[in-house]
Amino acid sequence: MSMTEAQTADMAAQAESLFQRKRLVAFGLPALILAYLVYVFFAFDVPGLMQRASAENARALVADTYSYKTHVTRDNRSGDVSVAIEGEKKGRYPEGTAPDWVDLGETTVIDLGDGHVVLFGPETITYDVPGYGQITATPSRSQGVVQTFPSETLPDWINSSKNRLAITTEAGRLSVTRNRAEVFRYFTGWELFFFTLDSPYHGMGATELARRAMSGEASAILSDFWNNSMWRHSDVVWAIFETILMAFLGTMGAALAALPLAFLAAKNFAPVAAVRFAFRRLFDFLRGVDALIWTIILSRAFGLGPLTGALAILLTDTGSFGKLFSEALENVDNKQIEGVQSTGAKPLQRYRFGVIPQITPVLLSQVLYYLESNTRSATIIGAITGGGIGLLLTQAIITQKDWEEVTYYIVLVVLMVIFMDWVSGALRRRLIASDDSGH
Amino acid sequence: MADLTHAAPQTLPDMQASYMAQVARRRLYSGITLLVFILLMVSGFNLAADRNGGSFWGGIDNFFDYPGEVVAEAADKLSELPGHFVTYMPALIETVNIAAVSTLIGALAAIVLSLFSTRGLARFPRLVPVFRRIMDVTRAVPEIVIALILIFVLGGGPVPAMIAIAFHTAGALGKLFSEVNENASLKPLEGLESVGANWSQRMMLGVVPQVAPNWLSYALLRFEINIRASAILGFVGAGGLGYELKNAISWGQGKYDDAAAMFLLLFFTIVLFDQISSHFRNRLVHGRQVEMHG
Repeated sequence: MSMTEAQTADMAAQAESLFQRKRLVAFGLPALILAYLVYVFFAFDVPGLMQRASAENARALVADTYSYKTHVTRDNRSGDVSVAIEGEKKGRYPEGTAPDWVDLGETTVIDLGDGHVVLFGPETITYDVPGYGQITATPSRSQGVVQTFPSETLPDWINSSKNRLAITTEAGRLSVTRNRAEVFRYFTGWELFFFTLDSPYHGMGATELARRAMSGEASAILSDFWNNSMWRHSDVVWAIFETILMAFLGTMGAALAALPLAFLAAKNFAPVAAVRFAFRRLFDFLRGVDALIWTIILSRAFGLGPLTGALAILLTDTGSFGKLFSEALENVDNKQIEGVQSTGAKPLQRYRFGVIPQITPVLLSQVLYYLESNTRSATIIGAITGGGIGLLLTQAIITQKDWEEVTYYIVLVVLMVIFMDWVSGALRRRLIASDDSGH
Repeated sequence: MADLTHAAPQTLPDMQASYMAQVARRRLYSGITLLVFILLMVSGFNLAADRNGGSFWGGIDNFFDYPGEVVAEAADKLSELPGHFVTYMPALIETVNIAAVSTLIGALAAIVLSLFSTRGLARFPRLVPVFRRIMDVTRAVPEIVIALILIFVLGGGPVPAMIAIAFHTAGALGKLFSEVNENASLKPLEGLESVGANWSQRMMLGVVPQVAPNWLSYALLRFEINIRASAILGFVGAGGLGYELKNAISWGQGKYDDAAAMFLLLFFTIVLFDQISSHFRNRLVHGRQVEMHG
């Protein structure tokens, strides 16, 4: 019994030290993480970033994702007034026409709603702000922009200097310089999403469109939508197809290349250790160089485009698949191979009927998983190699004003990835389940 | 099989014939599938080549030109390479830091998301589908999208990349974590509930000890992936080694030694973390029994 006592004391001490260790970990780990985060906070210069962050940009971005603005612009030299959606050439109203809230004439009357009215007179620009009064601005060659205000001190939504006047109200914006005067009015929605202004179907209701489509104009309607120069639907669909193509070619090509190579890197199929070692290092190399560097190297040789992206994915994933497949091959059950051998099968038949059926489920599920993940990579690689939706996305972001298009592309990218996820999941379930029943 | 139900063949030759017919049909289907697949691959490659800037066969000869030039220039200025390694070390550390922080933050978010979206564990069982959809969407957004938008708002630097990667990591790990959670035994939870533990106590004491090794293993794998992602995001303007690499490459000849140094740094970093992570993952998954006995 004394032995038991000694044992108990021993165990108590052990438990004590175990608890102490656990306590240390329980407090030490969070403390360590916290310390690391504090270090990173300063290493990444977060305080400086907060000062540099532009709330203005954020506001413009968010507002632009769900609204658009129509510019009414007066050239102060010639007196010409033009109306254009988002100020773009593609969204310009034809000469002499304007939306119903703009009344073109000797004096152009722009109704911004809620009683806000801007007048583009022959000389003077007038903005009548309800509850404040009339502001006038007269651009002149010699004196800059001559301005009058109803009050002595200016409210903070008016920005005035000798050569420039900018007024921002909830109804819109007016800016006057010596060369031109411009009014922005904001509307909710994505402008010209279906048809541009030059299309006869612009502004037509859904029922009217359906009626016309029935009476034989379906192809014209479709073509106007498809070739919409503002939103470029046909280019977008092509770009998405190109991205999926890159992912498909890269993934499948890599799987085809990796399968035979994997046999040479598996212990039970390649008896020569040197060969095994060489192929394993090859896989490590292909994977380690990474898609980014492959993209750079390949785009020098093959130029920019989807092929370069597909090859970059192919090379990187040959490494990944080679490693995964050779591991799967090493886990193959020898009994099945022996069983096939006992029927007098030759080596190739042994592989075909003894090995392949065992590894197909693993192979397929890995390949399909990579297909989905590569759709995302292809979007990123596309931004570098200049192919697919990634390119359109970066182009739209670089202009820093087409945020509604950016939103559109993001929605499409997310839908594309979710779709590929669904396809890969469905195929995985179907193929692997049917494969089990088949053997 | 279906044939047996209606016209059951009686004689051996009949059975043989029907079996051979089935085999033939199966082979035909496999053949057609294979043919369609090959056609898809070939036409796909042709299409991709058509839309490419340069052609495949035109480029294959030049494949080694660029690496050759880089290696030649790096070999010429071999003595400067160690200097370059030192110069670009801070950028490399930034790239690794971006990956580490985003994995950390993403994994913490993933833990919460996964516990909220596992049936049987969820705090609000009715909201399980909502949290699943949230994970689907965060998983589907490619990092570059968030990074580029945040670069516009916050300016260039490591933070946009970090947030972008963390966002994606939360969804990707959340899904894997919740698959792990589903396999957790509910018995400890019932025990804890019977002594009056609240939800967070049940999770901390009942679930986390069961699933932590698998969580950690997935998080390590993700860290490895995120290092690559962080390098790529640097290339589009989010700081770190990728950014320096882009500058050196667009400079072209004369800075190839810098580019070579960065290629090497990136390569060895990726391989190093690859090895470390796979070593620890092996220990986490296979070493559990040992830990339990010890």
